[in-house]
Amino acid sequence: MHELGIVFYIIRDVKEAAQEHGVEHVNAVVMNIGEVSTVVPEYLTDCWRWAADKEDMLKGCELKVNIIPAVTYCENCGAKYPTVQHGKICPECGSEKTYLLQGNEVEIKEIEV
Amino acid sequence: MDQVKIIEIKKSIFANNDQDAEKLRKELKVKGVYLLNLMSSPGSGKTTTLIQTINRLKDKIKIAVMEADIDSDVDAIKIKEATGIPSIQLHTGGMCHLDAEMTRQGLDNVPMEGVDLVILENVGNLVCPAEFDTGAVRNAMILSVPEGEDKPLKYPLMFSICDVVVINKMDVLPYFDFNLEKCKEYIHMRNPKAQVIPICAKTGEGVDAFAAWLLNQVQEWKKQ
Repeated sequence: MHELGIVFYIIRDVKEAAQEHGVEHVNAVVMNIGEVSTVVPEYLTDCWRWAADKEDMLKGCELKVNIIPAVTYCENCGAKYPTVQHGKICPECGSEKTYLLQGNEVEIKEIEV
Repeated sequence: MDQVKIIEIKKSIFANNDQDAEKLRKELKVKGVYLLNLMSSPGSGKTTTLIQTINRLKDKIKIAVMEADIDSDVDAIKIKEATGIPSIQLHTGGMCHLDAEMTRQGLDNVPMEGVDLVILENVGNLVCPAEFDTGAVRNAMILSVPEGEDKPLKYPLMFSICDVVVINKMDVLPYFDFNLEKCKEYIHMRNPKAQVIPICAKTGEGVDAFAAWLLNQVQEWKKQ
């Protein structure tokens, strides 16, 4: 539900980067989206099409999404496990002392010009 | 054929907002203004809780309120009528949250003369507002009994960023399968430091504790 807002941020940052590099048109934007980032990739690309085509610099520009798997680390036993499957509780030792190593990314990886 | 050139960016889209928020917080510190970001689901009783809280504090400190909604100004009018303090309405224009820049624009429209505390009532939503730092000094949220004790499990980010969780509508507890102790346990799984304050905004029960926390926060912020 917040994907449109996020698209506006991407557009702002991409335009900024393109201007910095003296680029007039961007052909593709590659995003890193974590599995537990709360961003739904399908909604993001839908919103992107609608919003990007309103910008001269981004007309027809494709949004590519790399999904970053979510991995949690257990401080108690040192295990690394998939977050989506097991959540906050370590499947190895049952500890709650865990934290996310990766998987909440919402970042612009690169642009293709 | 044109050659494809790749420009690496590797930047979180929240980075600019985080910077804006940090800047706003510093400016508020210099001015001695405390900004509270209050979040919750729609219908949890944010506005009623605010009215009760403001009426307990308005003789002690000067307060202003910013109401953020996708549309309408019913909340801002309600606050103004029930408390007499300045209240402005922000429209997010369809957006599900406020970011630091929108918060700054809102603050520019608040009569700030002598104001100690600004309360930002964020858009009713447990997902998006948690993602965007508004520049507030602290985050608080309201969870109401009918929503269920499992919300900290379903919306972990929201609970992990809040310093205080107010549990509202305690008067209807007998009619719902809501276990307060379980709820506290779930909240502390997400955020061991979160303070949990059960209240009933309708009757005013427990609101003193939240008002006292807030008053203390404002005084500490101005002191340092």
